[in-house]
Amino acid sequence: MTTIALPSYEDATSRYETVIGLETHVELGTQTKMFCGCKTDFGAEPNTQVCPVCLALPGALPAMNGAAIEATIRIGLALNCDIAEWCRMARKNYFYPDMPKNFQTSQYDEPLCVDGHVDVVVDGKEYRIGIERVHIEEDTGKTLHVGGATGRIHGATESLVDYNRAGIPLVEIVTKPVPGLGELAPEVAKAYVAELRDIIRSLGVSDVRMEQGSLRCDVNTSLNKPGEEWGTRTETKNVNSLRSVERAVRSEVIRQAGVLDGGGKITQETRHFHEDRGDTSPGRSKETATDYRYFPEPDLVPIAPDPAWVAQLKSELPEKPSTKRARLREEWGISELDMQSVANAGAVELIEETIAAGASPAGARKWWMGELARRANELGIELSAAGATPAQVAALQKLVDEGKLNDKLARTVLEGVVAGEGDPAEVMAARGLEVVNDTGALTAAVDEAIAANPDIADKIRDGKVAAAGALVGAVMKTTRGQADAKTVRELILARLGVS
Amino acid sequence: MAAISREEVAHLARLSRLAVTEEELDRFAGQLDVILQSVARVGEVAAEDIPPTSHSVPLTNVYREDVPAPSLAQDAALSGAPDAYEGRFRVPRILDEED
Amino acid sequence: MSDLTRLSAADLASRIASREVSAVEVATAHLDRIDAVDERVHAFLHVDREGALAAAAAVDRGEITGPLAGVPIAVKDVVTTKGLPTTAASKILEGWTPPYDATIVERLKAAGMPILGKTNMDEFAMGSSTEYSAYGPTNNPWDLGRIPGGSGGGSAAALAAYEAPLAIGTDTGGSIRQPGAVTGTVGAKPTYGGTSRYGLIAFSSSLDTPGPCGRTVEDTALLHAVIAGHDPRDSTSIPQPVPDVVAAARRGATGDLTGVKLGLVKEFAGDGSEPGVLAAFRESLEALVKLGAEVVEVSCPHFQYALPAYYLIAPSECSSNLARFDGVRYGLRSGDDGSRSLEEVMSLTRDEGFGPEVKRRIILGTYALSSGYYDAYYGQAQKVRTLITRDFQAAFEQVDVLVSPTTPFVAFPFGSRTSDPYQMYLADLFTIPTNLYGGPAISVPCGLSEGLPVGFQIMAPTLADDRMYRVAAALESAVGTFTPPAL
Repeated sequence: MTTIALPSYEDATSRYETVIGLETHVELGTQTKMFCGCKTDFGAEPNTQVCPVCLALPGALPAMNGAAIEATIRIGLALNCDIAEWCRMARKNYFYPDMPKNFQTSQYDEPLCVDGHVDVVVDGKEYRIGIERVHIEEDTGKTLHVGGATGRIHGATESLVDYNRAGIPLVEIVTKPVPGLGELAPEVAKAYVAELRDIIRSLGVSDVRMEQGSLRCDVNTSLNKPGEEWGTRTETKNVNSLRSVERAVRSEVIRQAGVLDGGGKITQETRHFHEDRGDTSPGRSKETATDYRYFPEPDLVPIAPDPAWVAQLKSELPEKPSTKRARLREEWGISELDMQSVANAGAVELIEETIAAGASPAGARKWWMGELARRANELGIELSAAGATPAQVAALQKLVDEGKLNDKLARTVLEGVVAGEGDPAEVMAARGLEVVNDTGALTAAVDEAIAANPDIADKIRDGKVAAAGALVGAVMKTTRGQADAKTVRELILARLGVS
Repeated sequence: MAAISREEVAHLARLSRLAVTEEELDRFAGQLDVILQSVARVGEVAAEDIPPTSHSVPLTNVYREDVPAPSLAQDAALSGAPDAYEGRFRVPRILDEED
Repeated sequence: MSDLTRLSAADLASRIASREVSAVEVATAHLDRIDAVDERVHAFLHVDREGALAAAAAVDRGEITGPLAGVPIAVKDVVTTKGLPTTAASKILEGWTPPYDATIVERLKAAGMPILGKTNMDEFAMGSSTEYSAYGPTNNPWDLGRIPGGSGGGSAAALAAYEAPLAIGTDTGGSIRQPGAVTGTVGAKPTYGGTSRYGLIAFSSSLDTPGPCGRTVEDTALLHAVIAGHDPRDSTSIPQPVPDVVAAARRGATGDLTGVKLGLVKEFAGDGSEPGVLAAFRESLEALVKLGAEVVEVSCPHFQYALPAYYLIAPSECSSNLARFDGVRYGLRSGDDGSRSLEEVMSLTRDEGFGPEVKRRIILGTYALSSGYYDAYYGQAQKVRTLITRDFQAAFEQVDVLVSPTTPFVAFPFGSRTSDPYQMYLADLFTIPTNLYGGPAISVPCGLSEGLPVGFQIMAPTLADDRMYRVAAALESAVGTFTPPAL
């Protein structure tokens, strides 16, 4: 097998045009499953949240969850879709052990919502992603593959199936193909998924956490030479984070360019994204595309949403995340670019909540965009999982504002909070980090520093006020940083008679 | 209408997970051929503008409240299982990857 | 003791209620009768002596009262019964015991009706003779060398053999009515959606209808009233209240059909019916006219496509409904010796577990739904279904009910129609149209042809189940009931 020399990403995108598409599955946060009253709690013992319906016992029948239909319609409306006046569920027939009926109850040619769009901003430019359709279906059970090396299917000797997840409502959102993004395709794809996630989260219908599987993304990519028809596309699965969305598109563009450059053809296939390597590998190839033999689900009657109800749902939609960001940007008095950074870091709600807990906009932003963002990036985790809550951050800033902590001490306290030692006040007390404000102790330390550095003291007396910095440093050292630098400086100058 | 070939029957059997024997294939192919020719008569009806009937009951919008109902206990859920292990259904190695 | 098994359900109910006889005595009489004759009839796949007697005892203790309290019943083995084996007469479910009761079984229990056992049927309800049962056929009490009809042959035979006064059947293309016709018993298919399918092992979801079977029209109506009604667990269950079928049956029994218009379907006239069947049918028509009814010829031009449409729709739905039988969660698992993949084990399991008729229909259904064939087959059949529905609606604007022989032939000898599947399908010629429409229909014994029972079919508009009971009871009052030779 010859290895293909891969072009650089810049080279690839200079010679080929990209077309991308995204298919996203959202696990709804309803109390019960789509077709039965089993609970949907995460982490239950295997096969304890199952019943004849979701186990597909002989004789069982589905009964549709009304809340799931409402949630799907609201998602469609938030994505600017038209809502079907009449549509049906359909059976998608294929055999797989995690799918107890060996068909999935889904929607085929009559999706509940069609023809919408999502607007995203990347590098100051706006892009519109068309939404082809939004429909409702059911999730599968979970299979553990045993005996193989990686825990994946390849090489496994047997599998163990848990149907707790089978039947949980799943909303599928499919974009229209998006051409013309050029080299920004990966960023736009990522921005789309982030925006989609924010929109759905604002509706309160799902916690849309990629790392927990309640938001799953498949990315389609194809390349074509300028002026030619769109190329064969590949589908990439196992894209489990925003970062992976970007990397998956990027790696597929490079790989496909390499194949095409070498005169090869792109195989229409499903590929698996590897988090650790940042590239994709082919799944098991199939000779022909699967024929799912779709037909209307006879056990469920058609869905015909009342137009008046749909209009009411539309009027009750919450503020769009982009509108909210614009409003907050003004309130916080920051630039669009800065706001974009805040959004990219996933910090909008966190900062909002921190302000609600009493911090100033600047104070809230400083911690979330500073220390906490740094930590999140290092560990490759979501900002919200960085170890501090908005309430804690607000409390921390309050301690600084009250003069009980200076900036350096506050960072140390934050470390303690993140390490799970408790709330800021608790950490501060436990570690003895409070700013020393006792003027007597400070004056003693100042006198000590002056006595230890007579030359510097003289310079200051002579008017070189800037030299005070060195003395401040000495005092800070003596007090282990637990003094307010400004206060110390004033004390020094006062002591030396030059304030 | 076209007859159904032995190969097509074999293909359909694979699709529907039926490990039919050679003898069954022979028998079924002949029988299905006859049946198909009979049922193909539906094609004689001019029905371009006729809407299909998927449900004979004129119902729409039948929903259930999003309120939990009792589930089966784990042992009841597994009671019919040909093979189970620590609360899960055990199956031999799977060839096809998840869709 | 044995004459308790000759009484009607209505009679038994009133004697139990008046404490003239105990429910335990009644149940015991029927269980003993089963012991005495079922080796020859083979109507039952499973008998639950203990459970039936316990339920009867509860009625005797006064714990449950109601119109049929204490009246025992047989249940077709396609309906789930908690703790009782349920096989759908298939090897693939051999030994399976459901962890839940079907809704209609819950209603039987709530009505205080002891369940005697589960009756034989064609595998997964696919057939017209019960010859496709994986556990051996049922023998028609009228002639043990002949079929009892299908798919519900066991329930009908149990009635004809006096093993049970009432039985539950299911009707997808005639599986209640045709066995009723060839065993001289009454079998009713309610309006689709009138009885809950929750717990009914699915064959063809848009057609399957559980229904009541008895030896008299009134008995059948009494059972209908117990099991019918809306069920939130079945989304296709109709919300309308159950029509008063018992009152309609009693009204019909007075023998007055003045002003009732009976529609004779022109297209059914020449369709290969045996002369004896036609003769009995015509005599019955005359009897109804004598009661004041008027016969009107109607044309239903698309009825000739009902059989082909049915044999596209039903197999298609069944190919999907039977996919769940894969050896993973319940039932048979075959070939799992550690060397094979799941796909292989599934295929071996299904080939071993399903009989030939089931396999034929799964393959046919898979074909009819395949991309490239869907429009011509399944899609087209659904359109024909619309046209058949319109034929019914147009006919019912002219007449109150439609009438026909239930089935073109009397009980045929074993093996006479199994070599050519399509010959078997013809048994459903007259019963299928109403399944596609979704309307109610009933078969009432109307005469004999060479010593074998003939059934008279009455079809009514959807939701008008009471109308067919009225006409059925009137016919019964004119022709009487028919008793098979002693076993």
